[in-house]
Amino acid sequence: MRKLLLAISILALAGTAASADPLADRKALMKERGKLTGDLSKMVKGQEPFDAASVLRTLEAMKDNAGKFDIGALYPEGSNTGDTTAAPAIWDNPDGFRDAEKKFEDAVGAALADAPADLDALKAKFGVIGASCGACHENFRIRKG
Amino acid sequence: MSRVGKVGALFGVMIAAGAAAGWFLSAPHRPDHRIMTAAEPGNAERGLRIFHAGGCASCHAARGAEGEARFQLAGGVELRTPFGTFVAPNISQDASDGIGNWTLDDFAAAMLKGVSPDGRHYYPAFPYASYARMKPQDIADLFAFMQTLPPVAGQTAGHDLAFPFNIRRGIGLWKLLYMSDMPVVEIADASDKVLAGRYLVEGPGHCGECHTPRDFAGGPDTGRWLAGAVAAEGDGVVPNITSGEGGIADWSEADIAGYLETGFTPDFDSVGGSMVEVQKNMAELTSEDREAIAAYLKAIPAHPNGYPARQP
Repeated sequence: MRKLLLAISILALAGTAASADPLADRKALMKERGKLTGDLSKMVKGQEPFDAASVLRTLEAMKDNAGKFDIGALYPEGSNTGDTTAAPAIWDNPDGFRDAEKKFEDAVGAALADAPADLDALKAKFGVIGASCGACHENFRIRKG
Repeated sequence: MSRVGKVGALFGVMIAAGAAAGWFLSAPHRPDHRIMTAAEPGNAERGLRIFHAGGCASCHAARGAEGEARFQLAGGVELRTPFGTFVAPNISQDASDGIGNWTLDDFAAAMLKGVSPDGRHYYPAFPYASYARMKPQDIADLFAFMQTLPPVAGQTAGHDLAFPFNIRRGIGLWKLLYMSDMPVVEIADASDKVLAGRYLVEGPGHCGECHTPRDFAGGPDTGRWLAGAVAAEGDGVVPNITSGEGGIADWSEADIAGYLETGFTPDFDSVGGSMVEVQKNMAELTSEDREAIAAYLKAIPAHPNGYPARQP
């Protein structure tokens, strides 16, 4: 019984501290971010009419996505190899990585706090959110062959 | 003289002749100053466009600089390459630490020939091998614009290079091999738009400096022009921007122009690596310029990736 309890608690701990497949999980989160960004971009580019309610839903989804971005669980030590484009800087400069990720979170938070009421407002918020993607990918992602 | 002595003497003469020829061939040359006097007086407003197209701020402003700080050209950005570490110099208007005392001819010699006012070769980390294709008028306009920028005091550290790359005179031979003011890609029946894009990409934009693989001596392999390359810094790759396998065949011209403007790929991945800085500059150009670049990229020969396949 004690062994079982121990096993369960270890499993539970493992569940919070690390994900079973961090590479797949972090890729899925990034993919979703890209999709959400694309949804906003269609309005920014004028391919779809501005829709305040839909913008709000997308921003909420971005916020949820950012909330799931648990760096410790998604980028554990040793997850720098394999099918990944994560740069060594993630582990060499963890504070810088955290700050870069926070830029996205802050940009989304600011957009939600002052929800865009028209296209021009959306363009301004979208610019800040979009810049946060590049700011992190500049130093923390390596493009591989 | 013995036979051995005669052969030795002959050999000595040959080495001396070779060295003399090498010394002669490697001499730094300034451009004929008449090409600049033929240009109109520089126009700073037009020069701003060239400043952005040329990506000057990416290396000569502080890393990560935003807004007005991108016009503070104190240098200092390091480029860590297999040849050693290059340090971008101060090109602000400071009279002693920057280029505040330069004449237009000095500036043209640097941009078009890679030669300093005191007659030394610059290292081609400064992409004059691309800038050599620029129009004298654009050089004059850029110079006029740079003269409107603030002086910033401060000398940068020197380059830190390994032998034999630390011998500047050798660059003269490199220039003989790789420098040309002629277009890289000949395109039959090219439209004005494609030609405008070719000028921006091959000249001021110096896209080939990173997107084209280099040979053992650091010269661009123009047979694989823009096919992508192993990154000069770090352990990543620079993507293939031709329409060959691994490249951007499935991007439309609007996709390319949109990427340069917003930093997003057609499937909403974002710009990354050193392209982040480049894209910031491209976003400052007109849509007409970005569309011209896109048209050129769709018109050039397709090549498979210029870098090795990813190791599992």
